[in-house]
Amino acid sequence: MDEITKVVRDYIIREYVQEGDDREISETTPLLSSGLVDSFSMVSLLRFLEKKYAIHIPDADATPEAFDTVQRIVALVRRFHRAGVGSV
Amino acid sequence: MRSPPSYQDFTANFDWNVAERELGYRPGSPINVAWMCSDRICQLGLANKFALLWEDYQGNEKRFTYDDVRILSNTIAQFLCMQGIQPGERVCLFLDRVPELYIGFLAILKIGAVAQPLFSAFGDESLLVRLADAGTSAILTQKKHLYKVRKIRNRLPKLRHIIVVDADPTSLQEREISFAMEQAPRVEEFSTYPTTAESPSVLHYTSGTTGQPKGAQHVHYSIIAQYLTAKWVLDLQPDDIYWCNADPGWVTGTSYGIIGPWSNGITQVVLDSGFNAERWYEFIEKYRVTVWYSAPTAIRLLMKEGVEIARKHDLSSLRHLASVGEPLNPEAVLWSEDVFGKPFHDTFWQTETGCIVITNFPGMPIKPGSMGKPFPGITATVLDPKSYAPVNRAGAAGLIALRPGWPSQVRGYWNNEAGFRAKFKNGWYLCGDRASIDADGYFWFMGRDDDVINTGGHLVGPFEVESALLGCPAVAESAAVAKPDPINMEVVKAYVTLKGGFQPSDDLELEIMNSIRKRLSPLAMPQEIEFVDSLPKTRSGKIVRRILRCREFNEPLGDLSTIMED
Repeated sequence: MDEITKVVRDYIIREYVQEGDDREISETTPLLSSGLVDSFSMVSLLRFLEKKYAIHIPDADATPEAFDTVQRIVALVRRFHRAGVGSV
Repeated sequence: MRSPPSYQDFTANFDWNVAERELGYRPGSPINVAWMCSDRICQLGLANKFALLWEDYQGNEKRFTYDDVRILSNTIAQFLCMQGIQPGERVCLFLDRVPELYIGFLAILKIGAVAQPLFSAFGDESLLVRLADAGTSAILTQKKHLYKVRKIRNRLPKLRHIIVVDADPTSLQEREISFAMEQAPRVEEFSTYPTTAESPSVLHYTSGTTGQPKGAQHVHYSIIAQYLTAKWVLDLQPDDIYWCNADPGWVTGTSYGIIGPWSNGITQVVLDSGFNAERWYEFIEKYRVTVWYSAPTAIRLLMKEGVEIARKHDLSSLRHLASVGEPLNPEAVLWSEDVFGKPFHDTFWQTETGCIVITNFPGMPIKPGSMGKPFPGITATVLDPKSYAPVNRAGAAGLIALRPGWPSQVRGYWNNEAGFRAKFKNGWYLCGDRASIDADGYFWFMGRDDDVINTGGHLVGPFEVESALLGCPAVAESAAVAKPDPINMEVVKAYVTLKGGFQPSDDLELEIMNSIRKRLSPLAMPQEIEFVDSLPKTRSGKIVRRILRCREFNEPLGDLSTIMED
């Protein structure tokens, strides 16, 4: 697992997985469609990514589909990071 | 193809007793919502008809006939009786959209207790406030939510039973008990408690401008209005497959996600999952959904995902679409006509009304963006905000008001008589919203008349958010206001002053946002926090949210004579 995937996954586990919830979070675990993260909570996740990687993800790209797995989130971060200052 | 009746057909010689007759209710005799929704349907010969087709996000499926619902609600009811739960006691449902939520709701009503559904995404502080206020005796929950209950149970001395529907019994602690609905011995016969029309049935908590959330108390007679509005407004027909997106933690999820469809003997489908456009369209296609009751926020999220994803699916089964929670913008109506070949029909109501009160009927021409017209039996108007007299000029703004007396009207706020009385002026019930009425009698929504934030169709009280913000170590003062949002209509924005030693930063903003999300709920989480040096206050020191709200909406600030200058 690369660094960015680990950071995103760890953040989701720390901030969104409840204490009593013993589900495994892999790179392909559904986040929004499973209800683990909802469209309101997505905003704080977006804010974290933008701050951590110094990027701006436009509203049009911050869709529930694009945030539905760690894998997709990482792809989104890489896309906007490349458009900015370099590769992550 | 059947043509729906016109608005005039619905309103001609209307009397609520049309629903009493169809439900077989005689005034003065016992009436029980749960019996009406299960045993009665079986007696009508529909025992083997599916009541609930359930699926979770992983594709696991369960199917329940009306006889299953009758027997399983008996089974839970008997279990609750064995725990010593008495009629009138409050029993909370704190569950995801699992079958136990829907069937447990009926079970609670069968024993004459009061169902208190709460949204399972609530954090422990939101849960504590509502359980403490209601003096709740028992809670049905899932293993995954148990840690939140454990955090607060020592502050809830009246909470005697914590019933976990999916737990390993060996992992449970004091006051916790395991109950697996489908593994328990089935109870074929159960004597439903003979509740009467005014017996308390459901306690839904709703937010106001001041103070903590208020428990809106409903009664068993409310089914008269919920049955008829579901039949006429949602146009439910015997062969329909009906999908209501709402979670029963909110009033739409009980009035039209349980009582409305099941009192009509309709098959309903439930998808226990979060939002995913592809998955939703697959679900509609798979179950051949015919009637869909959704919300503007969900529709706007679908719009955001684009039309191509919809066009990949056969959605031709959809016959009637309706929406609730916040005004449906004209663009969403037009998009729906393009994508589904039919418009979403906006419906207006709220926790306190218990049923749809202003609506676009199936047979009525839709004016995109309009709320529609009053349901028959509902006298609605807009009032002058100073005199509380009806404004009788087409297009003039006023406060939406209803003449009290419809069957599902809230009967009171739990432990809050003064708050309830304040909702009435000049013999009218005030909804707390502003609207105008055009020359054709259509209502047009204009906004809230108070500081309550309508986000994604759910009301968030600023006081509850501000109280939680003050629990953050860095926060000295706070004000929570609505901020316009293209998807959710409004979102929560917080203005915050910091205590000495703390500096504004992105890290602090994120820390505060996450703290509110976990303690209250994702809905209540400020989507933006603005750090300021001071907040606008009256000369007596009261924070004036109105000014901050006006700033967000680019509205004139109005009279500032009472505001203290820095």
